[in-house]
This record gives sequence, C-alpha cells and structure tokens, in this order.
Amino acid sequence: MVGLPIAALVFEATSEGSRSFWDAVSSPEAVSALKITLGTSFAVTLLNGVLGTITAWVLVRDDFRGKSVVNAIIDLPFALPTIVAGLTLLALYGPTSPIGINVAFTKASIVLAMMFVTLPFVVRTVQPVLEELDPEIEQAAHSLGASNFKTFRRVIFPALLPGILSGLALAFAKAVGEFGSLVIITGNIPFDTEVSAVYIYGRIESGDSTAAAAAAVVLLAISFGTLLSIGVIRTFATRHDRG
Amino acid sequence: MARRLLSRLGLRFVAFGYLTIILVGPLAIVFWRTFEDGFAPAWDALTTPETIHAFKLTLIITAIAVPVNTVFGIVAALAIVRKRFPGKGVLNAFIDLPLALSPVVVGLALFLLYGREGWLGGWLDQHDIQFLFALPSMVVATIFVSLPFVAREVVPTLQEIGDEQEQAARTLGANGLQTFWRITLPSIRWAVIYGVILTTARCLGEYGAVAVVSGRLQGQTETATLRVQERYDAFDLAGAYAISIALALLAILVLVAMTVIRPRGKTI
Repeated sequence: MVGLPIAALVFEATSEGSRSFWDAVSSPEAVSALKITLGTSFAVTLLNGVLGTITAWVLVRDDFRGKSVVNAIIDLPFALPTIVAGLTLLALYGPTSPIGINVAFTKASIVLAMMFVTLPFVVRTVQPVLEELDPEIEQAAHSLGASNFKTFRRVIFPALLPGILSGLALAFAKAVGEFGSLVIITGNIPFDTEVSAVYIYGRIESGDSTAAAAAAVVLLAISFGTLLSIGVIRTFATRHDRG
Repeated sequence: MARRLLSRLGLRFVAFGYLTIILVGPLAIVFWRTFEDGFAPAWDALTTPETIHAFKLTLIITAIAVPVNTVFGIVAALAIVRKRFPGKGVLNAFIDLPLALSPVVVGLALFLLYGREGWLGGWLDQHDIQFLFALPSMVVATIFVSLPFVAREVVPTLQEIGDEQEQAARTLGANGLQTFWRITLPSIRWAVIYGVILTTARCLGEYGAVAVVSGRLQGQTETATLRVQERYDAFDLAGAYAISIALALLAILVLVAMTVIRPRGKTI
C-alpha cells in the first residue's frame, strides 16, 4: 500500500540513469522551487515555533473566558481542507481584501498559507508538556528573584525543548510538502512563488513524469530525514527523563 | 506584580493576534462574503448537479476509505505493540510516512505505479480495469494519505493498558477473537473513535493526491475540494465560497466531535 508506490516512484526517477536524474533535479526551475520551498518552510517553522509556544503557554497558564473555544479553534487547520484554507486566506489578504492588504502571488502568501496549515503542530506538542510542568517551579524561580525572561530561558524552555523541536520538525515536514493551500493564493509563478510540490504537479500535467519523479524523490528524502530526526529527538527526550 | 500582569496580558494579546490573523479573520471574511447577499445564492451555488455530484463522490470515497483504515489501523497497532516480528521497525517508520509526505508526491507515486507503463498498470489495462482517472485510484490515494491516524491513536492506548487483562482472558479459556472483542476492543474504543474522526476529516479534505490521480473530469472524478478549485478557476467566486463554507461546516462538526472526546493531553 505504501511501499510499492514509493518503489515505483524511485524507479521512475532513476530509470534513465543517475545522470538524467541529476539533470532533472538540478534543472534551474526545480532548484529554484526547492530553494523557495525550503526558505519559506524554514521561516514558517521559526515563526510558528515562537508564536506556537506563546499560544501554548497562554492556553495552559493563563485564564480567561472562552478559553475552551480558543483551545478548540487550534485544531481547525487540521480539520479544514487545505484548498479551503487557501481560498479563505485569499479572501482576506488577496486583491479583494476588505482591509486593503494584498499579498497574493508573493512569497508572503506562501508563508501565510504554510503558517495556517502548520499552526496546530507546535501548540499541540508543547501544550501537554507544559501541562505536566509544575507551576510552582516557575513561582520558585520568581521568588528567588529571576525575571520573567530568565525564568523562561532557564526553567521553562529547557523542559519544553524536546516538545518544541518535534513539533517544529512535524511543521517543517508539513510545510515542505504543502500543496492545496498554495495553488490558489501563490499564483505559482516559476522562479518566484512556485514551490516544489506545485512544480511537481506542473511537471505531471505536462507529461514529464521523469522530472516530476526526480523532484518528488528529493521531497521524499526530506520527509524521511525529518521523520528520522523526530525519532532521534524522542529517543533523546525519554533518555533524559530516565537519567 | 504589575509587571507580571502586564507580560501576561501581552502574551495573551500576541496569542490572540496570531490566531486572528492566521485563522479566524480569513474564515470570518469568507462566511461574510458567502452570505452577504442572503442565503439563496449560496444555496443555488451548492445545488448545481456538478457540485452535488462532487459532494457525493467525496462521501463515497470517505465511506470506503475510513472503514478500511480503521481495520488496518487497529491491526497495525496490535502488531506494533503486542507482536514481535522481523521488520517491525520498518513498519513503525512507514506508518508515519503519509503524515510527512507531500500529497502530490503520494499522487505521483500512485500515478506511476498504476499508469499505463507502471508495474501494475499493464495488468489492469489487459483486464480492462479503469483504475487511474476513476474511483479506484481516488480511493487508494485517499486511503494512503489518511493511513496513520487510527494506528497513531491506538498505539499509545494499547501500551498504556498493558496486556495483563488479555492474558487473564486467555488463561480463562477465551480464544484470540473472544479476547479481542470482549477485552481489547472495549478498552481502546475511544482511541479508535478519535482516530476515525481524524481519518474522516483527512478524507473529506484531501486535495493534492486526488488532484493528481483523478484527472479532474467534471461531473465524473471531481470531488468537493477539486470543485472548489474548478469554480475559482472559472471566476465563480460565489460558487467556490459556497462549497468552501459547506466543507468548513463539516470541519467544524469534526472539531466539535474532537473536543468532546479528546483523550486527555492528546497531541496530534
């Protein structure tokens, strides 16, 4: 179910020898698409890392009316079809924007769409760790004279780090492969706003499945690498617990 | 004390701002735009024959993919937690792959496998089975992308409950099937239900993989999500918005179900 199609993909990419595989991978449009993908995914991952951690903290430690609704909303990007996500972002940040902000067909739109679809990952991996962390430790740090920032850096952050990192890795993997939310809002301009997944789709449409497969193998390798690093983070985190 | 209150409010402001800019704002605008001229135009856009067909197709695919993945998820979770066999590590890693892989890559892999020159395509062609650009390939693509959810929910629950009760059942003379129905399934049922909800959401919303294998033939292989894109490309924004709202309402329904039965401290 999973193995055979992937084997077929790798076979197609390399069927005409490693030279043509390399040519397809290093074609200017493919390289540009990959650079844009990795650059925006990286930016999105960092932004979500900071904002997602803050959101998780607010959801666990802060108290306000309607908290359970806000908590439920976090999962919305997960339940909402990606194409709908793209369309809704375009409605607010596109040419017909009622607030006069138009980022459609720019790199900012890629970042926006990727942030939308990866929003739950960091929040939902940090939240349970923070829930288990005793607030008394923070209070102790405060009463010993630590500032807010110092408490965060020396007490909270180290405990959250494995959660943040594996959340970031998941978000990164999702951002790199994102397609549905990007096709509408980015305009898919080669060398400007065309990401790898969209490039692959374009190659398939024009019948060039070898080039599509070659670019797909690169994305596959990135996905594998990310999964592997999540595994390593988990192993490290649990060893830390036992030690 | 005042400074701590200030920083608390500041953080709250940042979190709310983040959620509003990314999530709530865009959705609110689409709701407003859809119903700006009343309910009737949205309803008309939703009830065109092509759109009804698209929703039907989405529901058919979901109705096939969810049970398949539920059974597979439970079996895979049992195998991962309870059994020892060669290649277990590989199975464990492979199960998460659909989560990290681009849907377009999934679609392409299936396209190459079942295409005319693919390993299985020739056989299908000889037996006159229309696989690509038809329902079967769309079902398989949807199953692929929503594969891990049930297993990922059931595995931790199985690990937590341990196998003492199962062993007790065995020593009291229950066979494997009886043990599963009477002991194992009742104790993992919430995890299974939660996994089924996640799987359903993923199936209803699938776009990239289905876009590649379906050939997007209007009125034939066009699902609800593909229809959104088609309406948008045809400059029928009202139509695209109406279908989006219908899908968003389904998503909100899923969200409510998730909130009601979310296992404690559960991550995605």
